[in-house]
Amino acid sequence: MAKIHVNTTINGAPTEFLCDANQTLLDVLRDNLGLTGSKEGCGSGDCGACSVMVDGRLVCSCLVLAPEAAGAKIETIEGMADGDKLHPLQKKFVEMAALQCGICTPGFLIAAKALLEKHANPTEEEVRYWLAGNLCRCTGYDKIVTAVLDVAAEMRESAR
Amino acid sequence: MSQAHRPNMEGKYKWIGTRPDRPDGADKVTGRARFGADFNLPGQLIGKVLRSPHAHAVIKSIDASKALALNGVKAVITAQDFPDQANLIVPTGEMQVNMRDITRNIMAREKALYEGHPVAAVAAVSEAIAKQALALIKVDYKVMPHVIDVADAMKPNAPILHDHLLTEGANPPATKPSNIAKRIEFKKGDAKAGFAQAEVVIEKDYTTQAVHQGYIEPHATLASAAEDGQIQVWSTTQGHFQVRGFCARLLGIETSQIRVTPTEIGGGFGGKTVVYLEPLAMRLSQKSGKPVKMTMAREDVFRASGPAPGGNVKVKIGATRDGKIVAAECIVEMQAGAFPGSPVGPACMCSFACYDIENIYIEGFDVVSNRPKVAAYRAPGAPISAWAVESTMDILAQRLKMDPIDLRLKNAAKAGTKTAYGVTFNTIGMVETLQAVKDSEHYKSPVKPGWGRGVAAGFWFNIGADSSAASHVGEDGSVTVISGNPDIGGSRASLALMAAEELGVDYNRVRPIIADTASIGFNFVTGGSRVTFATGLAVVNSVRDMIRELKVRAAKIWKIDPEAVIWEGGMAKPAGNQVGSFEPLSLADIAAQAGRTGGPINGHAQLNVTGAGPGFGVHCVDLKVDEDTGCVTVGRYTAAQDVGTAIHPSYVEGQLQGGAVQGVGWALNEEYIYNAKGRLDNPGFLDYRMPVASDLPKIETILVEVPNPQHPYGVRGVGEVPIVPPLAAVGNAVARATGVRMTDLPLSPPRLSEALDAARPRRMAAE
Repeated sequence: MAKIHVNTTINGAPTEFLCDANQTLLDVLRDNLGLTGSKEGCGSGDCGACSVMVDGRLVCSCLVLAPEAAGAKIETIEGMADGDKLHPLQKKFVEMAALQCGICTPGFLIAAKALLEKHANPTEEEVRYWLAGNLCRCTGYDKIVTAVLDVAAEMRESAR
Repeated sequence: MSQAHRPNMEGKYKWIGTRPDRPDGADKVTGRARFGADFNLPGQLIGKVLRSPHAHAVIKSIDASKALALNGVKAVITAQDFPDQANLIVPTGEMQVNMRDITRNIMAREKALYEGHPVAAVAAVSEAIAKQALALIKVDYKVMPHVIDVADAMKPNAPILHDHLLTEGANPPATKPSNIAKRIEFKKGDAKAGFAQAEVVIEKDYTTQAVHQGYIEPHATLASAAEDGQIQVWSTTQGHFQVRGFCARLLGIETSQIRVTPTEIGGGFGGKTVVYLEPLAMRLSQKSGKPVKMTMAREDVFRASGPAPGGNVKVKIGATRDGKIVAAECIVEMQAGAFPGSPVGPACMCSFACYDIENIYIEGFDVVSNRPKVAAYRAPGAPISAWAVESTMDILAQRLKMDPIDLRLKNAAKAGTKTAYGVTFNTIGMVETLQAVKDSEHYKSPVKPGWGRGVAAGFWFNIGADSSAASHVGEDGSVTVISGNPDIGGSRASLALMAAEELGVDYNRVRPIIADTASIGFNFVTGGSRVTFATGLAVVNSVRDMIRELKVRAAKIWKIDPEAVIWEGGMAKPAGNQVGSFEPLSLADIAAQAGRTGGPINGHAQLNVTGAGPGFGVHCVDLKVDEDTGCVTVGRYTAAQDVGTAIHPSYVEGQLQGGAVQGVGWALNEEYIYNAKGRLDNPGFLDYRMPVASDLPKIETILVEVPNPQHPYGVRGVGEVPIVPPLAAVGNAVARATGVRMTDLPLSPPRLSEALDAARPRRMAAE
């Protein structure tokens, strides 16, 4: 079966790859492009560990076919820090111990960033419901939710 | 949110008890950290496993010729590719495994014993070809009657899994094979005489279902066998030395021929203390001459990697009217899965460990059935007996009209209490932990109308065992600390904190490294809540060894006796004025002159650590139950525990919070559901419902610091205790919210609404 040639943009960089018609975006990111920061926890869109942004929409990359990336703008965890400067969410997650094993962390960070870009002032309940598509088995979510709320407050403060 | 009771801690330490960033933090928030499935080698093959679709079947023959003939297939293996093993028990984490069984678990030999049991594996140039090859392997099965439920498996006419299995410890001795692998018993005093003195006796039967550890990262490994017999392995595991040891036996080679590098690990909770894919990948790599990568799909993780067992528990507690418990009895029947070795022992031993009771009788049964072989899960066994015992304690409190914490305080274990399993407690914090919850704002606040508040306690031993560590001073005076336990929840930070404290240097000048099996001495698994305690002690001792050397070097520079040098605040100093007048030498000063004073400056330590301090937890939960749907809303949750010294309090709180939430999931929704064919009906996160963020409130924590006298910094293990109390805390709150006492887990909406419906006439009559 002939491969499909896809032109896309990943973390701001023009990127091209060859893929099979039935390959997922997650597989291409991890296996073809070496971007292993997005994780596979279930392959069925239940755990959120593979969360990425496609044209500004939060998606599970295990549920997106790779050819759908054609012409799209993809953002992954590898593009979240600005050079050597961590994103405030990344910094806060470390500061507040909002991760234990760290496997779900890239997905939570992508999802939390998507939330804060939509809602600068979420309530705790909104944060909990927004992040309900991301499974974490280590932390009980407490420190993750607190970290997101803290960053939201800090970002509002600095935007003043 | 968190409160810390640290009466003797304030100002005692410079680094311990602080909350610096973890050393691997940046890697883990940027996607740079490499987990099991993130490792690849040039030219690697993809390995896939063919799994039994049957719960119980004799394997008459396996024909792989068509698969081998497929273009791109490089190797196929079956049980015939592994030497058979002797009936030999070896320890793994907190469980024991039998080599004869483990070789049959990684690859079915005579029979497939559960759905998902591996029967063959292939390695091919792509995943697609490997999958095609699996479909070409012809297995001729003779399907046998199966048994899933423990009570059914114990019946005399049950289908027998293992013809050689005679019940160990049976009275009278067993003469015929059965599914009961073992019977155990613990006695203290005279339970019969004790019950005769009781004025109130509560007796009840409880059940729990099998649950999965639920780590988000599926099992994954990469193996590369060279022509000279050397094999390199990368694996997501809680114990790379364990992987090396098991695989050496399973493949019949020496441990020195295997080098295992632990990847970052995406959760384990006990479930990654055994091997599944590693020996298969290694054998496939040997046969094909290529590196072989294998990962499990989530479905495989559920069907064929260690769940925690379900169990049936009968509890009887007798007390006098003033609430003094005079006798207690507990009988536990526990799922082992397809091979013997459930955690029924710890379930029995932990059952009444929270209490000082004169007369105790405990009996346990280890029972095999056609389920995946169970693996350790956070305080293995203890949550199951605690569910039953702590529910019974709550019924007793209600019957006696006593506050549930006061009832527990009246009977609490303390220093000098002798347990049913023979150990007498040293300094413990059960009373302090109960008191901390009693004094909490949460417990003092009124319960909202229509809500229920539940309290329960829990116990876990914690372990020590074997650890090795090394410390090196760099030429600029910065320090590397090397140990051999995968960091599963922030242990690098606690090890570095203890090293910095001991050495008197800045935490950021200490770099903790986790070495592979060839680069540091043996370390037992990351499990048993042992790493910060035992490996922490090895690190402290390696640093002390290094300090001893640093003092020798300072003495050489000053031309005085090493005994006349002290180490203080990160500096070598003369012991007093009579020694002579010398400017203190920093680590950097000494390191700069190392070449002239004897070469590199390192420290080493290796020990078998004893003296693990047991831990006690008390949890309190407020919840309400939707009368129509049976859906539970958890509104407030507090977890308190005697944590020894909290080295990095944020990660200690994290253990309490994470364990509590796993326990809430176990209590409310999680269960293995088998259909009539013995196949798992819910092998995915959609149908196996783990808690998500919107299911939960904040998890408040109270760290009760009762230092372990047998550790230089007072460390107790903390990771496992927190999963013990939540099951009964939730059940007790449901009982108090609804007046309906649930005895069978999980308290899922269908089960709870059915119970509420059944109780409605009685509840209406009571109103």
